[in-house]
Amino acid sequence: MTFLPKPKVRHPSLPKNALGLTRRDYEGGLSTLCAGCGHDSITAAIVEATWGLDIEPQNMVKLSGIGCSSKTTAYFVSGGHGFNSVHGRMPSIAMGANAANRDLTYIGVSGDGDTLSIGLGQFCHAIRRNLNMAYIIENNGVYGLTKGQFSASADVGTKAKKGEVNQQPPIDPVLLAMTLGATFVARSFSGDKQQLVPLIQAAMRHKGFALVDVLSPCVTFNDHEGSTKSYQYTREHYDAAVHADFVPFEREISAEYAEGDSLPVVLHDGSRILLRKLDSNYDPTNREAASAAIQERLKKGEFLTGLLFVDPKGREFHDVNETPAIPLNQIPHGRLSPGSAALAKVLARYR
Amino acid sequence: MQPTDTAQPDYFHKVVDCQWACPAHTDVPEYIRLIAQGRFTDAYMVNRHSNVFPGILGRVCDRPCEPACRRGRVEEKPVAICRLKRVAADNKDDISSRLPRIPKLKNGKKVALIGAGCASLTVANDLMPLGYSVTIFEQWGVPGGLMRTNIPSFRLPAEVLNEEIANIVNMGVDLKLNHPIRSMRELLDQGGFDAVFVGAGAPKGKELKLPGRAEGGANIHIGITWLESVAFEHVKSIGKKVLIIGVGNTAMDCCRTSLRLGADDVKVMARKPRQFFKASAWELEDAEEEHVKIVINRSPRNFVVENGKLKGMTFDVMEYDTDEQGRITAERITGEEFLEADDVILAIGQENAFPWIERDLGIEFDKWDVPKVDVKTFESSRAGVFFGGDAAFGPKNIIWAVEHGHQAAVSIHNHCQGKSTTERLPPGVNLQSTKMGMHEWAYSNDYNPAERRLMPHVSLKERFKKLDIEVELGFTAEQIEKEVQRCLNCDVQTVFETKLCIECDACIDICPVDCLTITQNGEEADLRTRLKAPAKNVTQALYVSSALKHTGRVMVKDEDLCVHCGLCAERCPTAAWDMQKSFVKWPHAEDEAVASAAKIPLAI
Repeated sequence: MTFLPKPKVRHPSLPKNALGLTRRDYEGGLSTLCAGCGHDSITAAIVEATWGLDIEPQNMVKLSGIGCSSKTTAYFVSGGHGFNSVHGRMPSIAMGANAANRDLTYIGVSGDGDTLSIGLGQFCHAIRRNLNMAYIIENNGVYGLTKGQFSASADVGTKAKKGEVNQQPPIDPVLLAMTLGATFVARSFSGDKQQLVPLIQAAMRHKGFALVDVLSPCVTFNDHEGSTKSYQYTREHYDAAVHADFVPFEREISAEYAEGDSLPVVLHDGSRILLRKLDSNYDPTNREAASAAIQERLKKGEFLTGLLFVDPKGREFHDVNETPAIPLNQIPHGRLSPGSAALAKVLARYR
Repeated sequence: MQPTDTAQPDYFHKVVDCQWACPAHTDVPEYIRLIAQGRFTDAYMVNRHSNVFPGILGRVCDRPCEPACRRGRVEEKPVAICRLKRVAADNKDDISSRLPRIPKLKNGKKVALIGAGCASLTVANDLMPLGYSVTIFEQWGVPGGLMRTNIPSFRLPAEVLNEEIANIVNMGVDLKLNHPIRSMRELLDQGGFDAVFVGAGAPKGKELKLPGRAEGGANIHIGITWLESVAFEHVKSIGKKVLIIGVGNTAMDCCRTSLRLGADDVKVMARKPRQFFKASAWELEDAEEEHVKIVINRSPRNFVVENGKLKGMTFDVMEYDTDEQGRITAERITGEEFLEADDVILAIGQENAFPWIERDLGIEFDKWDVPKVDVKTFESSRAGVFFGGDAAFGPKNIIWAVEHGHQAAVSIHNHCQGKSTTERLPPGVNLQSTKMGMHEWAYSNDYNPAERRLMPHVSLKERFKKLDIEVELGFTAEQIEKEVQRCLNCDVQTVFETKLCIECDACIDICPVDCLTITQNGEEADLRTRLKAPAKNVTQALYVSSALKHTGRVMVKDEDLCVHCGLCAERCPTAAWDMQKSFVKWPHAEDEAVASAAKIPLAI
C-alpha cells in the first residue's frame, strides 16, 4: 500500500472512452494491500477492462466476500454499487441481486480461501445455476490476511514462508468449474495484463457464469523460493494456450480475424471473442478434451492459461427460470405486488 | 534502446527542468523546500551560490526556468519560481557571517574587471575568496551597470541593488568609480594585471535612420540611453503623448517609465503580430495593466516634424502571410497611418561597442566588429583577456551574465595558476536517498493541486505618484505557503535498480500520470508509441532499464510528466524504485582551487 491516495492529477493526453471518461474515472479508493500485491494489478486490469467496455459505473455491481481479495472491490469503479458479504457467501448475494435486476453488470471478486474453502458450496451452485456474472478468483495459495497459512489451492510440495511443506492436494477451481458445466472458464496471471484485460472484458460480456482464475502472488507470504505461486515460479510455469482478444459489438466491423488459427466466438450481444490458439493441439470448445489437457499439464506442475473453455450458447439462470425480461424495479408495482387477495389465490392452489 | 546511463551527470540534471534551463544551474527545488520550512536565509544562500544576486533576480530575472517548469506541462501554469526567490531574499536574516572569508594574505595575482555590472561582480565574487586582488573600473559614479541604469526603480529598488553589490564590493574589491577605460592598450601595458575581464555590457542602443530623425532629434530618444538619464535624474519629464518603437523588454521599461514621468497616452508600436514579440509575456502583461496600448503591424516610415518640433510619426500598415509553423512567408503594406507624438523612444535593440579596444592588441574581432570569444572559456584570442555578460555575445540578460562570470572566473583562475583555461573540472551529480521509513520521505511528496498565486500589485492610483514605488508587493505569507507546495520536487529523482525488480506491476498501476511501462525493448521512436501513455514530448528523455530478470522485458519511464510523488517507490515491494535527491555540481573557481589543492586528478 501507499500512505497517500493516488493524486487526482493525470496525464493530459489520456484516451477517453465512448462515455468521455478516462481510465482514472474507473479507479476506486486507496488500496491498503501490501506493496507489490498481485491483487492490486488485477484491480488495475479491472479498471482498464471496465473503461474499455464503456460501462457506466452506476450500472455495475461489485460483490465480494472476506479476505485480502475481497477488499479489492473498494479499489475500482468507486461509482458502482458494492456489497461486501459474509465469508464465502458472495454468490448468494450476487444471485439475489441478479434475480432482482438482470440489467446490471455483475462482477464478483473472491479469493482462494473465500471460494475454495468456506464458500466452495456457494461457488459450485452459482456455476450450476449459470448465474450471469464475472467471477474473479484472486488466487495466491495462502490465507494472506491471517499470515500465510496454506489455502485449498496450495499445491502439494509448495513451501510456506517458514519452511513447512504442503501435503494436501489442491482444489483446482478451473477443473472444478469444467466438471460442474461452467460455460466460460479462464485462467490468467496478475503479471500479464495483455492477457488478463481482454479475458475480464470477455467474462463481463459473456452471458452466464464466467470464471477467471487469476494467479496472484502474495508478495508478503508466498513469494519466496519453494513456493509454487511466487512471481518467479508462475512466470516460469505458466503457459498461454489460447489468447483471447475481446472485440465489442460496436467495433466488430473493423475486427480482422483472417489469421489461420483465429477462431471467432460470437457472444449473445454480438461481441466477439477472437481465440488465438497458441497451442495448436488445444481445443477451447471441447469440454472433455480441454479438461484432459489442463489436467495433464497440472500434473507436470504447469498452468495452462488463457480462455480455456467457452460455450456461448449456454442458458443462464434467467433463461432457465423464464423470469421477466426486465428488472423487477421496472415492473409496475400493481403487477409486482398484486396484494393479499392474489396471494390467497395462489396459496389456495396448494390446499 | 541501450539502458540509460544515469552516471552521465546531464541525465538527472535534465530531469530538473528549471535547473537545466537556468544558465547558472540554480537548485530551484532545494530552495523552494527550504522556503517551505521557513529557512529563508538558507534558501537565499542556495540561490546565492549559483546566481549571486537573488534579491535582484527575484524581481527582474528573465526566468528561463518558468517556461521550462514541469508543472507547466502537468497543469497550465508553472511554479512562480522567480518570485519565490524574492521571498527568500526579502525574508532572510543577516548573511554577513555566511559570506566567504577573504584571506588577508593575497595570492599575488591582480585581475582587472571592466564595468561594475553583474558579470564583473560575479567574477569578483568568485575570485576574492581565493586571494586575488581585484580591481573594477566603472565609468559611472555608482556600480551596478545596466541593472542600475536600465531597469527602472519601480521594478528594482535601489536598496536591493546596493545590498547585493555591497556584499561583493565589501570583500575588498578595489572599485574605481568614474573611471572609464579609454584605452585597452594602456590598461594592458601599464596596469600590471595578470588578467583582464571585459564585462562592459552592450551599451549602444540601435538607431533608426528615417526621414525627420535629425530635425526632431530633441524629442527622439534612444531607449537605453534615455532610461540611463532617468536613472541618474538627468531627465525628469516627458511629453503627454509618447510612442515607443519596438516591443522588447526595454520597450516595456520605457513605456512604463514614461507613464511615471508625465505621459498619459503611451503606445508601443510593433512591426509584427503578437506571437513575434520579444518581450516576456509577464512584462507585456504588466505594461498593459497600466493601460499602455500595444499596436501591432505598424512599421515606422518617417518622423513628422513641423517648425523644428516633432509632431508624430507615420507608419506603414503591414499585413503578413504565415505558414503552418507560424513563420512569416510574405508581407505587404496595406496603407499608412499617422500617429501624434510629443516624444518618441527607440527601443529596437542594442549592440556591443568597443571603440576603446585598439584593434592591434591581438584581440581579434569578427566581421560584425564583435570580439571573438570562446563559448566555454570566455577567453578572447589574446591570452589573459576575457569577455563576459552582454560584452561577450551581445545582449542576453542578468542570469546569463552571472554564469558567464562564473565560467570566466574559472578561466581566469586557471590562467593565473599557469593551467590551460580549457582544462576544467567536469560537472557532476550526487544522489542521496530521501527514504526515511516505510512511507516517509525527506520531502513532501503529496501532489498539491493548488493553482499559481497571483503577485499582488500596488494600486494603479498609487503607483504613479513617484518613480520609485515598487509595483510588485511580493507574496504574502499565505501565498508563499501555497505556492511552495506547487513545486514537484523534480530533483528528487526516481532511481531504478533493475536487479531488484520482480515485475509485479505495482509501480505501473499506482503512477498517477502513467509514465511507467514494462515492455519489450525497441528503438526509441517505436518504444515511445508503445508506452502506457504515448511519450510525445521528444525533448524529455526515456529512462530505460537493462533487461529485467524474469521476462527480459525493460522498465521504461517517460520523464515528461512525472510528478515525483514517489508512489512508485512506496508501492514497490523490493525497493527497486527509490527517490533520491540529485545534487548537481557545476564547478566554480573555488572548486578548481580545492581540486588542485587536493591534487585530485582532473581526468575522468
